Amino acid sequence: MNTPVIEVRQLYKTYALEGVDVHALRGIDLRIDEGEFVAIMGPSGSGKSTLMNILGCLDVGDSGSYRLQGQDVSAMSADQLAAVRNHQIGFVFQNFNLLSRTSALENVETPLIYAGLGLAERRQRANDALRRIGLGERANNHPSQLSGGQQQRVAIARALVTNPSLILADEPTGNLDSATSDDIMGVFDALHREGATIVLITHEHEVATHAQRILEVRDGQLLEKAA
Amino acid sequence: MNWGSALQLAMRALWRNKTRAMLTALGVIVGVAAVIAMLSIGAGAQQRITKTMDDLGSNNLVIRPGSVSRGGVRKGAGGRTSLTRDDAVAIADLREVVAVAPSVRSSAQVRYRGSNWGTAIEGVTEDYAEVRRWSVAEGDFISEQQVRSAAHVCVLGQTVSRELFGLASPIGEILVVKGTACRVVGALQPKGATAWGTDQDDAVFMPITTVQRKLMGINYVNRIDVSTVGREASFRVLDNVKRLLRDLHRLGPKRPDDFRVFNRAELAQSSEESARVFTWLLGSIASVSLLVGGIGIMNIMLVSVTERTREIGIRMALGARRRDIQWQFLLEALLLSGAGGVLGIALGLGGANAVATFSELPVIITPSAVLIAFLFAVLVGVFFGLHPARKAAKLRPIQALRYE
Repeated sequence: MNTPVIEVRQLYKTYALEGVDVHALRGIDLRIDEGEFVAIMGPSGSGKSTLMNILGCLDVGDSGSYRLQGQDVSAMSADQLAAVRNHQIGFVFQNFNLLSRTSALENVETPLIYAGLGLAERRQRANDALRRIGLGERANNHPSQLSGGQQQRVAIARALVTNPSLILADEPTGNLDSATSDDIMGVFDALHREGATIVLITHEHEVATHAQRILEVRDGQLLEKAA
Repeated sequence: MNWGSALQLAMRALWRNKTRAMLTALGVIVGVAAVIAMLSIGAGAQQRITKTMDDLGSNNLVIRPGSVSRGGVRKGAGGRTSLTRDDAVAIADLREVVAVAPSVRSSAQVRYRGSNWGTAIEGVTEDYAEVRRWSVAEGDFISEQQVRSAAHVCVLGQTVSRELFGLASPIGEILVVKGTACRVVGALQPKGATAWGTDQDDAVFMPITTVQRKLMGINYVNRIDVSTVGREASFRVLDNVKRLLRDLHRLGPKRPDDFRVFNRAELAQSSEESARVFTWLLGSIASVSLLVGGIGIMNIMLVSVTERTREIGIRMALGARRRDIQWQFLLEALLLSGAGGVLGIALGLGGANAVATFSELPVIITPSAVLIAFLFAVLVGVFFGLHPARKAAKLRPIQALRYE
């Protein structure tokens, strides 16, 4: 059997909030294989943001193990985690998180800068990624000149440009109207058909139905729900 | 991340806030310009002092007789008659001595036809011009032969020549000095006033023998000037002269010196030393303004790090390592201080040239002053840029991403 993209075992995470210990994650077990499209749902405060931060290598758990593409990331240094984020993970955020006053093309190029690629290759790959999600002609526009849907498409192009093993989308439609949401979910569906591994975090059931598997976080524990 | 990309990112970030970047760099510009201008003015002053000292003869020793004390009456320095031309001859044989010039000094009313002029009379030997750095404008200086034969000849300082002859050449004319007729054999280049305000050109120079015998009736000398091979050597010669004179004057161990030796090099050294201290003082004051410019950089970089916390979070999420973030901000600080340094050099050079053009102050721009100012500016950039850059690099990705 192939190595799973994500393999989490007995993951715990506690943090102190105003002097009170918050048990955000209490023994999470999770396995996601290549090409899967998984939605993680849960009410706010359930620990799903914490899980998303750890899956995205922006944070580490207190105990338990997390293997990404077979690599144990639970004991990595800050710089090693940065490299993992750069090579393995493509982020799509609720509020897009594009660099302002920077063109769409340069936004998409940014991860490649930290991968150490030269200008010519960066331009080439960023243009390819923008064309792939249908924004080739807006490459030189700044985020402020783009609609919400277009900005999220730029963010998706930026997530794709490094050919990551995992696309991690945190409420990608949270700031969009329903028509645009459908449009963006169409992009994820297309990526899924092309074989990308996608983890989508949302609290909207309608959005979650695009996924093959739906998981629910409740009180720091993970429950499998039928899709 | 490669260097080209890092530089590009830093330049773009500065370009987005052009006015702010310019104002921040202005602090460094003014600082660097001030350091360069101050060091250049200081170097100019230093060189002028050295030149003045060399004109005075900074390798020279001056020997004068000591004071007289007889029956409780002390006559003050120079009252003794202890120095003789034999002393001068003996000193000339010492090591590292180039030339020795004994002299006597008197004053007299000098007459030429209908006019007359009261002036100093210097009795000198042939080496006097070299030791005291006089150059001849016209004719010749006193010769060895004229000294030996106590010839009735004289050489005129420019003031005397002008007072008695106007613009005409005095060579070959006959002057009467205290009833002795003297033929003018030479005229000297002007030397101007001493630092103490005495007109050095207001003098008539005659063979020492003539002045001793005909004008003063003495056989001692008032002063011996000794020129040495160099400033270093002058200190060694000074000791040797003292020892030699004590021997010649047969002074026992308990008797005090009957002469005094002054070293011109000491004066030169202390003047130059004070000029150097002055230069450093000016430079230090100017570098304080450079330091203030650096604080301006730190201030703006700290503001920038706070403003761009979200950007830092995004970059970290996309794979920027801590050192990538640190370098980005440090490079911005370095670009500010470096660009400020280059513009400051231009302004400093312009300012120093303006001072040189519009004032009497000599200005010397040395490459080392320019280099010191620029390196100092860059150092200030690193020093004051490091703290904000570290602060940016230490942010935690999740917190930075959530920052509003």
